[in-house]
Amino acid sequence: MERNTRRNFIRKLGATVGAAGVVGGTSILSSCNSVETSSGDKIKLLTSSGELVEVDKSQLTPAEMPNLSENQKRGREGLPGRSWVMVIDLSKCRNARECMKACQNHHQLRPEQHHINVLQMQDAEHTAPYYMPKPCQHCDNPPCTKVCPVNATFKRNDGIVLIDNERCIGCRFCIAACPYSARVFNWFEPRDAEKYKGVTYNIEANVPQKKGTISKCLFSADRLRDGKLPSCVSACPNGVYWFGDRNEDAVTNGTTKETVSFSKLIKDNAAYTLMEELGTKPRVYYLPPKDRAFPFEGDLIEHHS
Amino acid sequence: MNTIKSPEESRKVLDTIFSDLTRSITHKDELTRFWFFILIMFAGVGLWGWIIQIDQGLGVTGMRDYVSWGMYIANFVFFVAISLIGFLISSALHLLKISWSKPISRVAEQIAIAGVALAGIIIVMDMGRPDRFLNVFLHGRFASPIIWDVTVVTTYLTISALLFYLPLIPDLALLRDRMTGKVPAWKLKIYTILALGWKGNPEQYKTVYHAMRILMILIIPVGLSIHTVTSWLFAATLRSGWDTTIMGPYFVAGAFVAGAAAVVILMYIYRLRYGLKNYFEDFHFDYMGKLLVFVSLVYLYFNINEFLVPGYKMKTAEGVHLQNLFTGAFASMFWLVQVAGLIIPILLMLIKFFRKPLPLTIISVVVLIAAWFKRYLIVIPTMEHPFLPVQNVPDYFKSYAPTSIEIMITLFSVFAALLIITILAKLFPVITIWEYAEEKGVDKKYFSEQPKN
Repeated sequence: MERNTRRNFIRKLGATVGAAGVVGGTSILSSCNSVETSSGDKIKLLTSSGELVEVDKSQLTPAEMPNLSENQKRGREGLPGRSWVMVIDLSKCRNARECMKACQNHHQLRPEQHHINVLQMQDAEHTAPYYMPKPCQHCDNPPCTKVCPVNATFKRNDGIVLIDNERCIGCRFCIAACPYSARVFNWFEPRDAEKYKGVTYNIEANVPQKKGTISKCLFSADRLRDGKLPSCVSACPNGVYWFGDRNEDAVTNGTTKETVSFSKLIKDNAAYTLMEELGTKPRVYYLPPKDRAFPFEGDLIEHHS
Repeated sequence: MNTIKSPEESRKVLDTIFSDLTRSITHKDELTRFWFFILIMFAGVGLWGWIIQIDQGLGVTGMRDYVSWGMYIANFVFFVAISLIGFLISSALHLLKISWSKPISRVAEQIAIAGVALAGIIIVMDMGRPDRFLNVFLHGRFASPIIWDVTVVTTYLTISALLFYLPLIPDLALLRDRMTGKVPAWKLKIYTILALGWKGNPEQYKTVYHAMRILMILIIPVGLSIHTVTSWLFAATLRSGWDTTIMGPYFVAGAFVAGAAAVVILMYIYRLRYGLKNYFEDFHFDYMGKLLVFVSLVYLYFNINEFLVPGYKMKTAEGVHLQNLFTGAFASMFWLVQVAGLIIPILLMLIKFFRKPLPLTIISVVVLIAAWFKRYLIVIPTMEHPFLPVQNVPDYFKSYAPTSIEIMITLFSVFAALLIITILAKLFPVITIWEYAEEKGVDKKYFSEQPKN
């Protein structure tokens, strides 16, 4: 057992970001080149950013999937000792939307379904507009899990609010309860339903999606289990996202791989949470959109409700 | 109660009452068949709509991720609302020893049973995965208001059915003894089975009275809970327009308005169709009109509280919601419901003329339709304005309009409710015969006499 688990974890996070499986384009290619035994058979894979890449067949190892009940059981418990948090730096977001693409690929979402949605915001009439990525806030006092009649959505020990779409009855009470509009519903057959027919359900990625059930951001719980950063965090080209463990007081930037103290980051930058007056206690922190190095290019949409 | 009559007179009065009140059962003509045809056809079309919805997904409705509750939930609230009248008329008024409402009890219970049964059905039709309905019992979490609702809805249905059935037992015995040859054998068999071998001795009446009294008391907390809990489905969320403490009593008061209007309409239909002019008398309509004015005034009071107080402050999110109702997309519906569905009916019904059967029935139809739209206004506008902006989705995600499938399923629910009421009216007398005869001075001992022919 390694003594310094914190450092070990961060190293692991940094090293594995964007590698393996259906993720991170360039790192897959580079790791392929370094391998000597090549069967010559290439296979096409879709990266999280939607790029099509070719990988040698011999490089593929079948993903180990526990059976459904085991997956559901460990998915409900969460990763022991962890307490995940996300910090979103609004001064960096320039609406590249790579996070949204990566997320939709990872969770097999239709184009109109967003686990993370980059919103164009303006807080008051004359204040400067800015872009605000909005994932599920993974509240510590979640209004959504409270109202679920069948315990299909629940709060795990590591802070993640998860969904079991094998149990969800589709009453949509959680959508009504969520003040952050974080939840989406599978109104029709999900994207690529035919393709994923018969694939064992993975509760930590909520894939394959199921018709008539709820879906939402899960902080890519399946990737966290593998020691990787969430899809959106890894995909961001602008250094917007910091992700990490509150227990270790460390967050890693998805773009620069820099690791800093979580408490210092949110203190020094006057971080806030969304609609804190509602008492939901979000786990997603925002750094104010100050000193932005880019102009706001969106159309300001009349919205404020 | 009238003075005791001679045996001959008693028998004559009983015979008249019996034949009048069983006309709904014996009466058969083309119109009845046509009515059943219409009911079954529309209910069938609605069921077909549900099959399409199950096959293709809830996406066949106008609901999307932001407005994720639509017309089905409005229907659900409406049906729960009208069912509450059963509790008011057959329990609360009885316990207060108000006797004029006695002949109306069964009408109110018919509406209660049909309403609460359809509320249960429509909520299953709203589910994304109705095939997993049993999860509610297998994995039920008692912290969820939905589980409270399931609990009180089933309890209310049970008590309402018992409140319908218990006073029916002596009537069933009457039907069993007197209807031989007048109705088909299967109906007679139903009466015989359901009459439970009723003999009409004093102990049996005592048991019925006793059980009725227990049920009437039991249904008070259950009846109040059913609609209060339904209101909490909304009030338990943080959304502007729903996040208000007045929701419980507001819903209960509104339910009495809708239910009283439904009772008036049904009374009028029975009076006309089954020639019950001497049973649902003019004074019944007059009193029902007064009751409707009273509950409408209470409801108006809650409406003023619900809209004036937040409207005075216009807090950010609340302000957007209220603006949408007062002057925005829902303004015409909102003001029509408030003015034509509440204020004008109150003013009219204060005048004696408008409490006569026909004018009151017309007013009640308007009130009942407005009550449905009121539920629509409670559910949809709030969902169209979440706290955060609605962006990066197609335009039709931003506002809600019901689709033809939703309208089909809504029609199903209305016609299925009418079907339940019609079946009840065609099987059982619409007024409790023995209670009514006793009220007219016929002694109980004549009820168990076999007719001479």
